[in-house]
Amino acid sequence: MIKGVIKIRELSGLPARFVWLGLLLVLPQLVLAQSAESLLKEQCSTCHNLTGPAPDTVAALWLRKGPDLFYAGNKYKQDWMVEWLQSPQRIRPAGMFYVDHIKVSPDGDVVDKGSLKDHVKLDSDQARLVATYLMTLKARSEMITAGDYKPGNISPSMGEMMFDKFRGCMACHEIEPGYGGASGPEVYTVAKRLQEDYMISFLRNPPAWDPQTFMPNKHLKEKDLQKFVHYFKVLSEMKF
Amino acid sequence: MSARSSAMVFLLGVLLFGSSSSLFAAESGADLYKTYCWQCHGKSGDGMGVNVRDMSVQPRDHTDSKEMASRSDDDLFKAIKEGGQAISKSVLMPPWGRSLSDEDIWAVVRYLRELCQCQYGSS
Repeated sequence: MIKGVIKIRELSGLPARFVWLGLLLVLPQLVLAQSAESLLKEQCSTCHNLTGPAPDTVAALWLRKGPDLFYAGNKYKQDWMVEWLQSPQRIRPAGMFYVDHIKVSPDGDVVDKGSLKDHVKLDSDQARLVATYLMTLKARSEMITAGDYKPGNISPSMGEMMFDKFRGCMACHEIEPGYGGASGPEVYTVAKRLQEDYMISFLRNPPAWDPQTFMPNKHLKEKDLQKFVHYFKVLSEMKF
Repeated sequence: MSARSSAMVFLLGVLLFGSSSSLFAAESGADLYKTYCWQCHGKSGDGMGVNVRDMSVQPRDHTDSKEMASRSDDDLFKAIKEGGQAISKSVLMPPWGRSLSDEDIWAVVRYLRELCQCQYGSS
């Protein structure tokens, strides 16, 4: 009889202990997630869209001040985000929307550098917190196929030939600091920043991700999508 | 009203109103030009956009009335929709057919005629 009582107490006590242990483990995560969300809402949501949808008119596009983040977890590399948020460097030579940052000069339009604003800097704890939270934002997962990118190689010269001469992408993108177009993001760091499977999906059809983007769909063949990402990876390993 | 007449009315409605949106561009030609074309063709439309510095081929000067008068509206439409290569011009001019509707592209073509102050075949 006594043995039976002890057994029942042990059995009923075990789940309670597990519940407490579970709470102790989960609570800090919940608090961190909540503080990351608050930080993003307070400091980031003025310029970044955290909930979607993407702009669907040019007027809405004009108002966008920073990249949409509601699918950040499908787009960015977490390690890169942690590093970049502590030491942000400009990725788009003419800013997020080039129209806001160009002026006419005798030599043609130039970037109005005085109009460009620096990105806010976070300390290492904030950067880790924010990056961890952003990785949970996974809208449009159905457009990503895990393993879509198949690692491979391409020579830098062939990559440049394809990117510039065959496809004309250098018109808008720099392939090394100070060489290439200014309106789009630099591509010599893109493989450090973005997930490979996302790049394949985005290059396949940029407006499918961002309907008003000023990056057109260039109807790249599937094998060329792979070659482009090979090239970006080659560029990301070069020292400029 | 019989089921057949209802179906006819519905079909007529779809034909009239369903297609009416495609008769009008969603955006103005000037706004579209500013958003998508300034980057290469410039704020003034003179082919001196912010991306031009390292280009191997100069973008078209849309204010050059003589040059622009030599291009038909259909050619301009095709170049915008399918890219420069579709009219044997530069690969640097990309195809915008997946970004802009046909009506939007026609709005840009009409805006190009405002910029050049010319029509096809005019001297």
